[in-house]
Amino acid sequence: MSTINPTKPNLELMEPVLPTRALPAGRGRARRTPLTWIRHGGLSTLLFLLPLLLIFGAFSWYPIVRLVLMAFQHTNLVQPATWVGFQNFSEVVHDPLFPIAVKNTAEFAGLALVFGYPVPLAVAVLISEVRKRRGLYSALAYLPVVVPPVVAVLLWKFFYDGGPSGVFNTMLHWVGIGPQPWIQSESQAMPSLVLESTWANAGGTVIIYLAALTGVNAELYEAAAVDGAGLWKKIANVTLPQMRTILLVTLILQLIGTAQVFLEPYLFTSGGPDNATITVLLLIYNYAFGNSLGPSYGEAAALSLMLVAFLAVFSLIYLRATRSWSTG
Amino acid sequence: MRFKTRARTSIRMGGVVAAATLVAVATSSVSPAAASVPVVKISVASLIPGSTAAATAAFNAQIKLFEQENPGIVVTPSTYQWLGSTFAAKLAAGTLPTMFTVPFTDGRALGDNGQLADLTPYADALPYFNRFNPAVIAEGIDAKGKVIAIPEASYAQALSYNRQLFTEAGLNPNDPPTTWAQIESDAKQISDKTGTAGYAEMGANDNTAGWILTTLDYALGGRMESGIGSKAKATFDNPQAVQALDLLKTMRWTDNSMGSDFDWGWSDINQAFSAGQVGMFISGSDVYTNMVQSYNIKPSIYGLAPIPLANNKNAGVLGGGTLCAVSPSASPAQVAAAVKWIDFYYLQKYVNRNAAIAWAKTEAASKQPVGTPEVPIFNQTQENLYNSWIKPYINVPLKQMAPFTTAIFKDQIIPEPESATQAVYGDLDSVVEAVLTEQNANPSSLLSAANSVGQHSIQSGS
Repeated sequence: MSTINPTKPNLELMEPVLPTRALPAGRGRARRTPLTWIRHGGLSTLLFLLPLLLIFGAFSWYPIVRLVLMAFQHTNLVQPATWVGFQNFSEVVHDPLFPIAVKNTAEFAGLALVFGYPVPLAVAVLISEVRKRRGLYSALAYLPVVVPPVVAVLLWKFFYDGGPSGVFNTMLHWVGIGPQPWIQSESQAMPSLVLESTWANAGGTVIIYLAALTGVNAELYEAAAVDGAGLWKKIANVTLPQMRTILLVTLILQLIGTAQVFLEPYLFTSGGPDNATITVLLLIYNYAFGNSLGPSYGEAAALSLMLVAFLAVFSLIYLRATRSWSTG
Repeated sequence: MRFKTRARTSIRMGGVVAAATLVAVATSSVSPAAASVPVVKISVASLIPGSTAAATAAFNAQIKLFEQENPGIVVTPSTYQWLGSTFAAKLAAGTLPTMFTVPFTDGRALGDNGQLADLTPYADALPYFNRFNPAVIAEGIDAKGKVIAIPEASYAQALSYNRQLFTEAGLNPNDPPTTWAQIESDAKQISDKTGTAGYAEMGANDNTAGWILTTLDYALGGRMESGIGSKAKATFDNPQAVQALDLLKTMRWTDNSMGSDFDWGWSDINQAFSAGQVGMFISGSDVYTNMVQSYNIKPSIYGLAPIPLANNKNAGVLGGGTLCAVSPSASPAQVAAAVKWIDFYYLQKYVNRNAAIAWAKTEAASKQPVGTPEVPIFNQTQENLYNSWIKPYINVPLKQMAPFTTAIFKDQIIPEPESATQAVYGDLDSVVEAVLTEQNANPSSLLSAANSVGQHSIQSGS
């Protein structure tokens, strides 16, 4: 009865040539009713989506909504909550630990940026220059990532033992440097945390950079070689510009990640010594769970929201500012 | 037609999913044939995680005994340790066992917040309820006069010292230091001669650092708080606290007798001591039990001495204790069962001769410590009776603990600061940490700064 009409949508072209349903006169397509939706397989789509919706709803969206509400309440999860407006936010801002936590978080993020950000790039470039056994070196670089974070921290806690017989202090002794207190000193605690964090997390970024490096056009290197460029000039003028986009993405991801650092301060020093390593996330944790009597879930929620807002604004500014760099 | 087939498929799949769900719900709601006796199930705090197999076996033997005597109750042990940093999380998550323990510092406040079950009818029914030491039972009674927790242990702070390290350093292990000056010189001698930490101080950021600093302060005659209730004020910057910090500073930076680790928590200092790495440290008088149950300490190295008190009428020994509490979400049957367990496991041995002997026999058979010195939770008469009942089974080196046991009854035992105790300890943590990790730390200014934080903690009632 009907023939394939080339002006009809592609969807119909994929179906076998069969008598179509009767179309209302003058219309190109049938009206979408629930019945047509079911007939088109809408029900199976929904069924496939349902687990995802349920899980995200239960474990992601509902907690977020609860959190926003909790930021304006005073509750201990046992007795009914009371609404307190912006009081939680005010208490957080006036807490003497708040500026210390912000400063420490900025210090961690800054140190991680200066020391931790270039390391995966350097390692990736080195590995990509190697001819043989590249896979082995990639695996070795990734190995620390595979170690469970808590295990890694406990291992490094052992390494950081402040006595002369501690692992790192023994190594320092070989080169004539005296024993260091590491995490037991206010000035050395944060850099020690950054060191362990870099070791534990660089591997993933190395793999990403390695993949990105393979995408750099080899002809560009040849052209640079023809122009007389050495290794460093090649890296500066070919590799880095070509990897611009991915570098900018990993930069913002690192900044967001380090702003939320919790594991290292919590496990190494619990925020000590003398609040030298208390970060924003650790402060949130202490508000919620640090007091054995009266948790301040409202304050924890308020500080969480403040952090989210800050990171969102920061990301927006970052993306706007770097838009021209990444695509240009 | 494909689209009809697709519709059919989706309807079929929907049917399958619905059927599977119904089956799952049906099978889960079908209960096994009901037993004729209603069984009450409770979970109880057992030992600290990591305790030895022997200690765990001894505890399980006690559970078995209890279940034999109470056929309608099933008890499940749950490893448990109260820590200032994790208790609130467990309470909020509802992962605490039905019956759990809290320190004296938190009992009343938790009860006032409605976070503990009301035990009054069951506690009053205990025949020996009137024999409790009034100061001790008061810790378990909230502001409205309801019993929200039952005390099970009371301790006083004490100086634990390693007799073997004393001998190796040329000191007399039967003659522990009796003044703070002696502690300082003994610590220096031990660390010089043996290379271990002569004196160790808890410095972890989990309220233990502040707790021990408060202990030192009280031993010198100071107080961290004045007044009670709404009139409570923080007094961190008292001269005795400055004196205590100056002493720590000297031992740490001048004498270098405190080793190289300064973030000891309650468990790790016990562990290090059991391993022979610490000469002296201050903690509760009952830590020997933990050292045996978790760290296999060699009994011959353990010595217990009283904390030196200054020549000051306010100088005293900080006391503390542990309360047994029940989760507020427990059913009345579960609360009754939990109190029965508390009575059986924690208290019967003090009031019933047969129970005392049975307990002591079971513990001694599994080589668990019997006779660790404690401060009586009942009156002195009851305590003397108890000690006479368990005498044949005592297996802790009581002679090595004699310096403490002979002195403690004349020392003044002082309860912990009344308001926001754990928060106050937490506020003092950073002061101790600063003194131990920064050579130029100024104790006075640190204490003044901490004082305003402490005042805020007290006022906010947390």
